[in-house]
Amino acid sequence: MFRYFSLAFKNTFRNKRRSLLTISSIAVSLCLFGVLIAMYHALFMSQPTPGQALRLVVRHRVSLAQAIPFADEAKVRALPGVKEISVWNWFGGTYKDNRDPKNFFARFGVEPKAFLSIRTDMKMPQDQRSAFLTDRTGCIISQDLADKLGMKLGDRVVLKGDIYPYDLDLKVVGIFVDPDATQSLFFDWEYLRDLLPVARRSLISTLAILVDNTDDSPKVARAIDAMFAESPYPTKTESEGQFALSFVSFLGNIKLFLLIICAAVTFTILLVSGNTMAMSVRERIKEVGVLKTLGFNNDAILGMIVGEAICISLIGGAIGLAVASVLTVGVGKAAGAMIPQLNSLSITWFTVLVAMGLAFVVGVVSSFIPAWNAAKTNILDSLRYAG
Amino acid sequence: MAIPISYNIRNLIVRKTTTLMTGAGIAMTVAVLLAVLGLVSGLQSAFESSGDPLHVLVLRKGGNAELTSLLTQEQFQIVKNFNGIASKNGQPMASLEIVTVINLPSVENPEGSNVTLRGLSRRGVEMRNLSMIAGRPFNEGQREVMVGKSVAKRYPNAQLGKQLRFGRGLWTVVGVMDGHGSSIDSEIFADGPQVASDYNRPDTYSSALLQATDEVAAAALTKALEADRRLNLTVLGEKEYYSAQTSASSAPIKFLGFFVCIVMAVGSCFAAMNTMYAAVARRAKEVGTLRILGFTQGSILVSFLLESLLLSLLGGLIACVVVLPLNSVTTGVGNFATFSETSFNIHIGPEVMVVGVLFSLILGAVGGLLPARQAAKKEILTALREV
Repeated sequence: MFRYFSLAFKNTFRNKRRSLLTISSIAVSLCLFGVLIAMYHALFMSQPTPGQALRLVVRHRVSLAQAIPFADEAKVRALPGVKEISVWNWFGGTYKDNRDPKNFFARFGVEPKAFLSIRTDMKMPQDQRSAFLTDRTGCIISQDLADKLGMKLGDRVVLKGDIYPYDLDLKVVGIFVDPDATQSLFFDWEYLRDLLPVARRSLISTLAILVDNTDDSPKVARAIDAMFAESPYPTKTESEGQFALSFVSFLGNIKLFLLIICAAVTFTILLVSGNTMAMSVRERIKEVGVLKTLGFNNDAILGMIVGEAICISLIGGAIGLAVASVLTVGVGKAAGAMIPQLNSLSITWFTVLVAMGLAFVVGVVSSFIPAWNAAKTNILDSLRYAG
Repeated sequence: MAIPISYNIRNLIVRKTTTLMTGAGIAMTVAVLLAVLGLVSGLQSAFESSGDPLHVLVLRKGGNAELTSLLTQEQFQIVKNFNGIASKNGQPMASLEIVTVINLPSVENPEGSNVTLRGLSRRGVEMRNLSMIAGRPFNEGQREVMVGKSVAKRYPNAQLGKQLRFGRGLWTVVGVMDGHGSSIDSEIFADGPQVASDYNRPDTYSSALLQATDEVAAAALTKALEADRRLNLTVLGEKEYYSAQTSASSAPIKFLGFFVCIVMAVGSCFAAMNTMYAAVARRAKEVGTLRILGFTQGSILVSFLLESLLLSLLGGLIACVVVLPLNSVTTGVGNFATFSETSFNIHIGPEVMVVGVLFSLILGAVGGLLPARQAAKKEILTALREV
């Protein structure tokens, strides 16, 4: 087959328009396929970062909307394997105008000292760290959020409360970079707690935990849930990655949705390229007869036609992935507002491998039947074929 | 003079493999569009059929969801005596309700999905537009629940006669209710005071639902309640409340779905173009003959364009048939306002199908225009000489 590679390659471009159209349509489909696989990979297959693997999140077993007692914190802290623990309380609320999705970002009330040591990957200048520890109305925001909203140190941020019907008047005292905490704002939980009526002060939504080492984290999680299983506030403890995924599963069965669409796209590419290959082989039956007369055997002819199809689909795949690598950045930004895991969406080697593998398979499958038919037609019939 | 359409139909039939493959390619694209539209329209109808124009929903000031709202018995006693509330048997049509979520394992999700639990009075049940499919309504003062029909369908534990574990113990399912496509289908109803005591909230309920005597009274009632300083409440029409939830829940599906549709549409256009170019090339002689017979360039252009439209129409129709089975599928999507799952039926109605067929025709027109122009522009003599 490789002996005739140059012939196969030349054949690829003999009908330029058709090849270009086929390549374009394969490129478009594989571009889409690449973006979807990248999403799937980012959502369901990404490995936790070393920091993420050390962190657990505790919430009420039923849902985030149910509160757990603040008193749980001290009980969890006493467990072996727990290094640090902090309140990590979802605030909700509205920044400026809720109708603009740009203004939607995560806001959490935390205990600054413990929280800063839990976020092992967080990078922030030392003076900003100490400002966050001392300034009760201070808040820290992620770099990407600061860029998006044009905020800088010293700016005032007013959050209108909804779950907690109190407005927070915060000042930006720090801007941090943390791969696992994008689009977020953190403020001092005590500031909010003091605004609340006494009855509500003792309840929080979630706790964040840093464990001593990664291997212990499932054990610690089980120990925590076992401790509260029979209490009026049963808990569910998950790794930070799982916790984030529970938001995704909330948007519907995204996993199934992605897989079904990938299947539909694959099927469509197969149809399109199968169709084109059938058309171009049909036009060339006479030529096949000539090749056979010259002494080419069936296998050589089969290889040549299949090789041509593989050539077309690999070129299409490469172009598609190139476009996809640009597109993922945009899609990631747009979808990242709703699903933080997609924020830094990009084409990884995994995606390249899957997409190019699919391109190869499409090339083989789509051309095999027409190529086989052409190869087995006998010389006289093919020379007589009128097209 | 126009070329008869039967010419095109016969041409499509003669090249049946190519026709079917291209048609199927277009069909896949249209099917994805139809599925997305079906999801969105099903979700919309679930929310749109929720809410009665005469109903007024009372939440705590700044509240935008029943789940995070708080309303005390004391506030309710004042609210229910306002002017404009309809009455029956001398009692106002007003219902104090407690809303929370419980976690039930479902067929799709063994980890459990959240379902809204609504504790209310029998009066509250009466106020709603629902009918019993099986069993009976719950009795006041008993640990009994009635479940919406989608809940009964999706959760194996929520069958008539079975027991659900939440709050402080077991609750018996005594009835299945039909909310006629509204959000009631995805809820569980139980006796208000029982739920309140199980969740340790004997005095703090969530919200109140009022029925006004007529629409003018509903507007006046809303205004009067909002203006009352001692109550400090947010009051809105029930319909308004549900329609605000639609856009939030369907945004991610819409975003992902339409992105996929547009990319696939571009790919299908290329494929259709390819097929039509091949058709034009094969029939060069025919085109020359038609021109000699006196058909104008215009009628040849129209004829080929028509053929492309027929091809894509076939695709559109196949797509409509392919997606029909989806119509009976019930699925769920998370709702951030209720922190629970809203079930809905995928609804691919006539309007959605019309959109799908129009979409396929656009694909056909865009894909067919250039090849048809090429056919029309052919020189008669060269066309006749082509092999």
